[in-house]
Amino acid sequence: VGQCVRPACRAGGAETPAPTAAPTMPATCSACGSSPAALRRPKTGHALCRACFLAAFEEETHRAIVAGRLFRPGETVAIGASGGKDSTVLAHLLQLLDQRHGYGLHLLLLSVDEGITGYRDASLAAVRRHQRRSGLPLHVVSYRQLYGWSMDRIARHLGPRNNCTFCGVFRRQALDRGALLMGADKIATGHNADDVAETVLMNFLRGDVGRLRRGAGAGPAGGEGAVPRCKPLRHAYEKEIVLYAYFQGLDYFSTECVYAPQAYRGYARALLKDLEAARPSAVADLGHSGERLSLRPDLRLPARGTCQRCGYVASQPLCKACVLLEGLDRGLPKLGIGKYRRLRDKLRDGQPLTQEERRRLGAPAEGEPSEEQEPRGEPGTDEEPWGRRELRVPRDLDF
Amino acid sequence: MCQAQEEYGGCDQPQRRPRVSCAQKCMKCKEASPVLVIRVGDAFCKACFREYFVHKFRAMLGKNRAIYPGEKVLLALSGGPASSSMLRQVQEGLSREIAKKLRFIPGIIYVDEGAVCGQSLAEREETLLQMETILQASGFPYHLAHLEEVFDLPSSILQRAPHSPAGPENSYKEAVEGFICQQRREEGGSPSLPERRIQEKLAELSMREAPGTEGLAAPGARLLGAVRTEQLVQLFGSVKTLTAKEELLQTLRNHLILHTARAQGYSKVMMGDSCTRLAVKLLTNLSLGRGASLAVDTGFSDDRHGDVVVVRPMREYSAKEIAFYNHLFGVPTVFTPALDTKALEKASIHRVIERFLFGLQAEFPSTVSTVYRTGEKLSTAPGDADPATGAAEPQHCLLCLCALDTNVEDGSALQAILVSEQLSQQRLPAASPAGRGCCPGAEEQRGCCMNTTAPGADARADFLPLLCYGCRLTIKDTTCLESLPLYVRSEAERRKCRAAMKLEIQEFLLEDEAVNPGES
Repeated sequence: VGQCVRPACRAGGAETPAPTAAPTMPATCSACGSSPAALRRPKTGHALCRACFLAAFEEETHRAIVAGRLFRPGETVAIGASGGKDSTVLAHLLQLLDQRHGYGLHLLLLSVDEGITGYRDASLAAVRRHQRRSGLPLHVVSYRQLYGWSMDRIARHLGPRNNCTFCGVFRRQALDRGALLMGADKIATGHNADDVAETVLMNFLRGDVGRLRRGAGAGPAGGEGAVPRCKPLRHAYEKEIVLYAYFQGLDYFSTECVYAPQAYRGYARALLKDLEAARPSAVADLGHSGERLSLRPDLRLPARGTCQRCGYVASQPLCKACVLLEGLDRGLPKLGIGKYRRLRDKLRDGQPLTQEERRRLGAPAEGEPSEEQEPRGEPGTDEEPWGRRELRVPRDLDF
Repeated sequence: MCQAQEEYGGCDQPQRRPRVSCAQKCMKCKEASPVLVIRVGDAFCKACFREYFVHKFRAMLGKNRAIYPGEKVLLALSGGPASSSMLRQVQEGLSREIAKKLRFIPGIIYVDEGAVCGQSLAEREETLLQMETILQASGFPYHLAHLEEVFDLPSSILQRAPHSPAGPENSYKEAVEGFICQQRREEGGSPSLPERRIQEKLAELSMREAPGTEGLAAPGARLLGAVRTEQLVQLFGSVKTLTAKEELLQTLRNHLILHTARAQGYSKVMMGDSCTRLAVKLLTNLSLGRGASLAVDTGFSDDRHGDVVVVRPMREYSAKEIAFYNHLFGVPTVFTPALDTKALEKASIHRVIERFLFGLQAEFPSTVSTVYRTGEKLSTAPGDADPATGAAEPQHCLLCLCALDTNVEDGSALQAILVSEQLSQQRLPAASPAGRGCCPGAEEQRGCCMNTTAPGADARADFLPLLCYGCRLTIKDTTCLESLPLYVRSEAERRKCRAAMKLEIQEFLLEDEAVNPGES
């Protein structure tokens, strides 16, 4: 221990090259000046020993929490725990810092079961292990329980593309509902600096000015959903989170979600890796840019309202989840995907759709049996019908 | 696919692009057979394309009403396709006989950057000869500048000149009408006003004007030129990353063009940035931390200098359209190698973004235009007021003259970076040569100090607060601040002294807020 400079990064990807300042002295920790350095931190390029890095990381998170005024004493905070590295580190850190600095919080673990066989079971197992070790209460909400549809079933109906749409929209609501059930005042998610940077890039590429205005997640406590959210790790580099977990010996589950090989975010992710290789501070620079964007005042942006059906936050008459569910329940899974306003209006007015229109909306072809119940799928992902693409655990994507 | 207005996801099948068959007719005149396809499926014949292209240029100028008749406009020519096309549009526009011709007085500037791009003197001469052919053929007064002249710039370049405000909307119309009347009066024998002015200028200028030394002609000048070239090479040699080099080059080039404009009385500068180039620039600047100034960096008009306004009339043309136009209508261009010619793929942020965007564009053909349109929706961020004095006037960056975006807000990314830097080097390494007593182990460090082992660290620590976030990154990659041109250093010194002055007399100054309560 302590000999290798940079641990293998589980998230994969290119290692960042050595920072521009060539070290003129042997690698001693630049913080304490005494111990030999065990790593070079990606964010600043300094060589640090294990203890100093852990201390620095914890202190930075603490300062971000305090400076951003993320919590108030006495609050109940539900930590979105997926079993992946970000949420594991987040849960660990929040518990540690709460004890150390006396935030006065009641912490809970909130997990979402999307119903992806072989993938979610393993990550939920990791969450349960964490729960046992930490002693925090855990609550699991599942898509099947909330919506009547698991991701496996959705993917069977929908095909290889656009699964992230459903998963992301459903997860957002699931977290809110779970938090309300548990009586939480806030939801804390493990979004990291890389996530924020990718979101800024993505929103620019897709012309999503509405989300750019919301600061691409840069605001400390967002009031977009039913329950306020915060992202205490949003300034932490993904690689540093992995480093922290590694040196702290935290156990988490890491693999790619099989249903998302073609998510658009993958492009932004690949770009971010290259940018980081060209300039390591690019991740933080993008975060800074995202915070400082300002829009023309004369733009018309979607206003926040409520869904007519379920009362959730929505900018349209029906929230996205209701639209998606409507499509799924009617056997027209693409109803919520793509520009089908005219067809949706038709349905709303009770007019029948032609065969062609039903086909475009993804209705199953003649002769296919309709799914009545959840079949037990094969665990494991040796079969990769839609190709493997390196992606992290999908987050509650902003749509 | 990528429009956010669309429901997310796009189609199931790969988007079937409309096929253009040979039997199709030009979509505009419906008569002639098309010679090219622009955008996704629009086929044009040669004449209609020309009209479309020319019209776009004039509409861009007319819509923005930025250029008043009789104004002197400096065209920044790089020899590349976009600026060459722009020059051709200006030529065409001015030469029209009808009443609707363009009415400003153009000049051209070409900046020779060969020293920085590693070209030998012979190669540079060769390029200059080619450029001169084009410049002389245009008939406009032109200025050949060498980037070396940057070392002789006055520090007033870095100060915002008072902006002569454009009058209200009506005055544009009035100005145009007045101009037409004046022209009509002068008609009858003598050439029209702008042409006459150009002829006068030609006689006066003797076709070769440079604010500093020519550098390549007289032996004495040649010697000075060699010294400057050496300095320039040294400056860029001290910049460690290609990204920072590119940024520095752009900054210096802009300063030089601005100086020429000011010295020669031009009130506008036209840059040939195309839509494609601006989309790349948007994403690049995002990645460089310049989110606050995207609007001025890529908008139609850029008035950061105050008196000279930079306009970008080519911003709605895609690179493809420009290339086709140049090919079809014989617009001459000159290839000059740039800093990143033949560089590795991931050598600089600019390269990475360019490669990424073009790659994505191949798969999603609306990417470039979507990014461009997103950029159009941005506006200039209100500069952060100086927190120390509470003055209403925002500070401006020393190098790029954009409003500073570096006030440390609670919970911001910038604050997190500073904290990380601070925590990662609580004690200075023992072998620090300067033996700086900067309180090893103390809490309070300079807000933005770097690893302070270099002897020039003090100067750097004073320099950085004068810069915006993006320029800070560029300077952080520059090892030797002494090699920066004198005007930069002296202006930095001046600002520093002034700030110290202000701090000293802070308590006696009657601030704006006393006069205008509530204004921050």
